[in-house]
Amino acid sequence: MADKIATRAAYGKTLVKLGETNKDLIVMDADLSKSTMTAEFAKAYPERFFNMGIAEQNLYGTAAGLALSGKTVCASTFAMFAAGRAFEIIRNSIGYTGANVKVCATHAGITVGEDGASHQTFEDIALMRTIPGMTVVNPSDAVSAEKLLEQVIGFKGPAYVRLGRAAVPVFYNEEDSVTLGKANVLREGRDVTVIATGIMVSEAMMAAAQLAEEGIDVGVVDMHTIKPLDEEAIVKAASTTGKIVTAEEHSVIGGLGSAVAEVTSRLCPVRIEMVGQHDTYGESGKPEELKEKYGMTAADIVKAVREIY
Amino acid sequence: MDKKYFEDIAAKIRVDVIRAIYHAGSGHPGGSLSAADIVTALYFKEMNIDPKNPDKPDRDKFILSKGHAGPVQYAALAERGYYPVEDMMSLRKLGSPFQGHPNMHKVAGIEMSTGSLGQGISVSVGMALANKIDGNPGRIYTLLGDGEIQEGLVWEAAMSAAHYKLDNLVAILDYNGLQIDGPNEKVMTVAPVDEKFRAFGWNVIVIDGHDFEEIFKAFDEARECKGKPTAIIAKTHKGKGVSFMEDEAGWHGKAPDEAQAKQAVEELGGEW
Repeated sequence: MADKIATRAAYGKTLVKLGETNKDLIVMDADLSKSTMTAEFAKAYPERFFNMGIAEQNLYGTAAGLALSGKTVCASTFAMFAAGRAFEIIRNSIGYTGANVKVCATHAGITVGEDGASHQTFEDIALMRTIPGMTVVNPSDAVSAEKLLEQVIGFKGPAYVRLGRAAVPVFYNEEDSVTLGKANVLREGRDVTVIATGIMVSEAMMAAAQLAEEGIDVGVVDMHTIKPLDEEAIVKAASTTGKIVTAEEHSVIGGLGSAVAEVTSRLCPVRIEMVGQHDTYGESGKPEELKEKYGMTAADIVKAVREIY
Repeated sequence: MDKKYFEDIAAKIRVDVIRAIYHAGSGHPGGSLSAADIVTALYFKEMNIDPKNPDKPDRDKFILSKGHAGPVQYAALAERGYYPVEDMMSLRKLGSPFQGHPNMHKVAGIEMSTGSLGQGISVSVGMALANKIDGNPGRIYTLLGDGEIQEGLVWEAAMSAAHYKLDNLVAILDYNGLQIDGPNEKVMTVAPVDEKFRAFGWNVIVIDGHDFEEIFKAFDEARECKGKPTAIIAKTHKGKGVSFMEDEAGWHGKAPDEAQAKQAVEELGGEW
């Protein structure tokens, strides 16, 4: 875990790479292109980049129109304004029509930091995964983000990709396989399985290492694809360890924890502890301070594991 | 121009609308009837379309932004030969392709699933932009309700259409003055609509939306206007063609009973 790179940086890089061969790739933004990193694509292929101004509803409506005319569209803004403000446009004009629009939303979760509660969304995964036919992806590091984005942009149909602002540890290697819809088992364990998503995967790895010293054998699963969910991996974890901790930088209401519980309650009921935002708003602060205050660190995962061990 | 030719088609379309909504037992006759002449003009003359080849790449596209007027689009497509008129009599019934609001995957000729107001014009901007990128000569026509323009998204879309100089986009406003809860000026004032669109950078043409000469002239002018999108403000009457429905907000979203439907069809010169 040497380098730290933000998943949004991987997004900017991936767009430029794919834009070279995929001439139907259109990238759009709502006046945040330097933050979402779509500015790199804009610089490389100005004729295929459209800034829609501060108008997220129209960003996604227009994206739908382009996609229904044969384009592959990546349309970006902050997660709050994509999944939140434009929800119903994404639902009706993109989801319902099956338009080939990739809602690539950045600055998700608490690690937005200093901007505070108005910009920290913990609801986006919950909102997006309720839309029929919507693929929902939450990469955990820069390498997997690039691999997943290539797959997401490569298939026809709507998708939501959740990306972060903060630089986070890179733990995948270029040769690792990361497949859409297939969870990555990063560590096998006998006692408890931590199923994590996004930036909480590296926290889970740290927690597992610490718990191993106490003699608690913890498995770690990277659930980068929230929908379609890898039910098999969840059932396997539940049946092997009998106890699950979920970890997400998102509300525990409706997010990964809920999605996992929906599967286990049906196929293999087990005790679950959920690490995430617990039904409250965030505030301004440094990302690391906020993660600590709102309970989304390796230490919180350790605590949750001990609770059900 | 043979005005009567188009008036006769529009009358048939109005009859189809009334029959379908009567059979459905629910639906929106008022706004379907007010738009019937505009929709007739588009499908029977203005647009480059082919019922035998509905997906031809260079076709013009019509997006019904006011999706609740679906029956008038269904009827126009039927009369134009996309499918038999009798098909649409399953309107709003379980299993029918003719949904309460149009679904692009269920009915031939429907270019976009609409119903949630404001989204049709936004999607139309994207389609017009795509045609510009591709050098596709196809033009995009979208029909809006006057109540619909209370949606903020309409103005986001209007701003972007002017910014990207989409002269291949025509938005037609079905300006009948009435919405569900009453007249616009009582619910939420939309006037002056011409000045609003002009201020947003559009070429604006104001016409009588029931006069085919004016409608076709406006489409000609729109085609000649370069560098900006065109808004055609079409003054219309809600419920046009049926005496007891005309200019009555109450007929926005109500189906006629048998006696009313029969009278309406007879007034329109159709057969019950």
